[in-house]
Amino acid sequence: MKATLTPTLTLSLAMWRGFLREKMAIFFVLLFPLMFLVLFGGIFSDQGQSKGTLIEVGEVPMLAELSKPARTALEDAYEIEHSGDLAAALDQVQAGDVDGAVEQHGDEVVVHFSEADQVAAATLRGTISALVQGANVASTGEPPRYSLVSQQVEDESLQTIQYVTPGLLGWAIAMSATFGAAMTLVEWRRNKLLRRLRLAPISTGSLVSARILVSVGTALLQLVVFVGLATAAFGLKLTGAWPMAVPLLICGTLSFMAIGLLAGAVSKTSEGASGLANLVILPMAFLSGSFIPLDASPQWLQTVSRVLPLRYLNEGMLDVMVRGQGAAAALLPMLVLLGFALVIGVVATRLFRWEAD
Amino acid sequence: MGEAVIEVSDLRKTYGTVHAVDGVSFDVRPGEFFGILGPNGAGKTTTLELIEGLRESDGGSVQLLGQRPWPRNQALLRRIGVQLQASSFFDRLTAREQIHTFAHLYGVPAAAGDAMLEQVGLTDKASTRTEKLSGGQLQRLSLACTLVHDPEVVFLDEPTAALDPQARRNLWDLLGTLNDSGRTVILTTHYMDEAEALCDRVAIMDRGQVLALDTPAALTRGLDAATQLSVVPGGLEPSDAAAIPGVEDCEYDGESLRLSTRQPARVLAALAERDALDGLQVRGASLEDVFLTLTGREYRA
Repeated sequence: MKATLTPTLTLSLAMWRGFLREKMAIFFVLLFPLMFLVLFGGIFSDQGQSKGTLIEVGEVPMLAELSKPARTALEDAYEIEHSGDLAAALDQVQAGDVDGAVEQHGDEVVVHFSEADQVAAATLRGTISALVQGANVASTGEPPRYSLVSQQVEDESLQTIQYVTPGLLGWAIAMSATFGAAMTLVEWRRNKLLRRLRLAPISTGSLVSARILVSVGTALLQLVVFVGLATAAFGLKLTGAWPMAVPLLICGTLSFMAIGLLAGAVSKTSEGASGLANLVILPMAFLSGSFIPLDASPQWLQTVSRVLPLRYLNEGMLDVMVRGQGAAAALLPMLVLLGFALVIGVVATRLFRWEAD
Repeated sequence: MGEAVIEVSDLRKTYGTVHAVDGVSFDVRPGEFFGILGPNGAGKTTTLELIEGLRESDGGSVQLLGQRPWPRNQALLRRIGVQLQASSFFDRLTAREQIHTFAHLYGVPAAAGDAMLEQVGLTDKASTRTEKLSGGQLQRLSLACTLVHDPEVVFLDEPTAALDPQARRNLWDLLGTLNDSGRTVILTTHYMDEAEALCDRVAIMDRGQVLALDTPAALTRGLDAATQLSVVPGGLEPSDAAAIPGVEDCEYDGESLRLSTRQPARVLAALAERDALDGLQVRGASLEDVFLTLTGREYRA
């Protein structure tokens, strides 16, 4: 057994202990992102199940004559209320309290809707239209010629949690790597520990390696906690070459450490450094699809996201963790992240100062 | 005496238009406790930083243990120990964890750290985080971290700044033992009494230059400075005291009578005759007087 640890391990151990003992750091690295996971995964996942409301004004024979499966499908989607007062029903539609009102005059089925909620309006028209078509086919007495089977292209179990876990994990890793590097640099420069270490017989490489070890360790901890909670509580299912998330996350950590070192190099105080890191990371998280899926974003935003390292981390993680892609899908994002790390790292090194003055 | 441990020759460092160090030369001998004394801004810390290799000089030369400290020389760093003005520690580690960390960084076993904690009297605080230690305890821990690898040369930059008088005295006892084992110590301070109490030789610095360099005794001996006597007056009237032959100045503050004289033996005899030696205190010329003589200015730290 060696009597002493290497400088790198010694410094890592000191930083790791200091990190684990700081409650605020643990909060921002683990609990804060997990709150978002619970929020997105727990609340928004029920969104699809919410029922609309439909008012049946007077008698609508078309609805009464629906086949059993059609009736069930309708009742799954809408709560059906009955009313004899068309004007009152229309007021309710206009106020947005209900999705629509249906009435029937002879063979004509009339559906009243509001364009205020375009998605609800389209869904309602589509539903009623399908019911009318079905009733028409049924009235001919012929069996339908075509039948429709619908299948989702992703895993059939795909839920919101599948999308949000990799994105939020990417954001969490970006945050902790950036802040970890920036704070270490600024605080150690301020309390002159950096100067004390400069007077010790250790290389700058040992110091940087130690910080990398601690940041990668933090990122792995985040991965385990995130995936663990998402799997246990919200039914996350990992698909594809998900172990590739580990090398991806290491490359991501290097990129964001470089950003943190840059923020630390140009800031004099820890408040300044944390403000600067926030200023960079928070908008980047929005623009890189950490909170909102990029596929649903406008084209310009998707273009902007291409210059942001977090986009590549998020996309790579989505590919290997939930989109069922193979290991090769992680390679390009990893290369891009290493490229960012290199370029930003060189700039940070140029601006680096040992001393506060 | 052997070869000098530190050789500084015509050292210069300029910040903008300020000559922080302006042609400083001195040698520090093996085993010596060497002090650099001067008011804030005299250039003491910059001189020390140039010797430690933290900064590059603009002119002149520095040899530390026969080598150049600049650019950063890792082999040399292993042989020196530097205590900084600020207490620079890792966040949220206990005293024991701090010293073990420094022990490992210098490649010495953790046990050496424990022994060092014992030596500075912090064993009972070993499990306390540094955030909870007092100023004096922090300085002791800082000193322990500086000494853990048994360096040949120790640099102390204002080790007792910001400590209360009691904590300062306690630390002096510890600092006084540093060169017992033949170690060389170089200290900066703006406390005159500290330099007198600890240093074998003192360089007095002001405005980037060394004004005088000698043992504290030799520096004060050369002065034509008055000795200060103070007594509790008792039956002695201040006006009578002022009339004693040899008394140059007499002050009475309501409690004690202070007399200045260049003939202390004669004045003491006169006071003894009058049976007025109660509460007698005698203070000879101090480094403060040296500073006053050298610069024409009162010494203010």
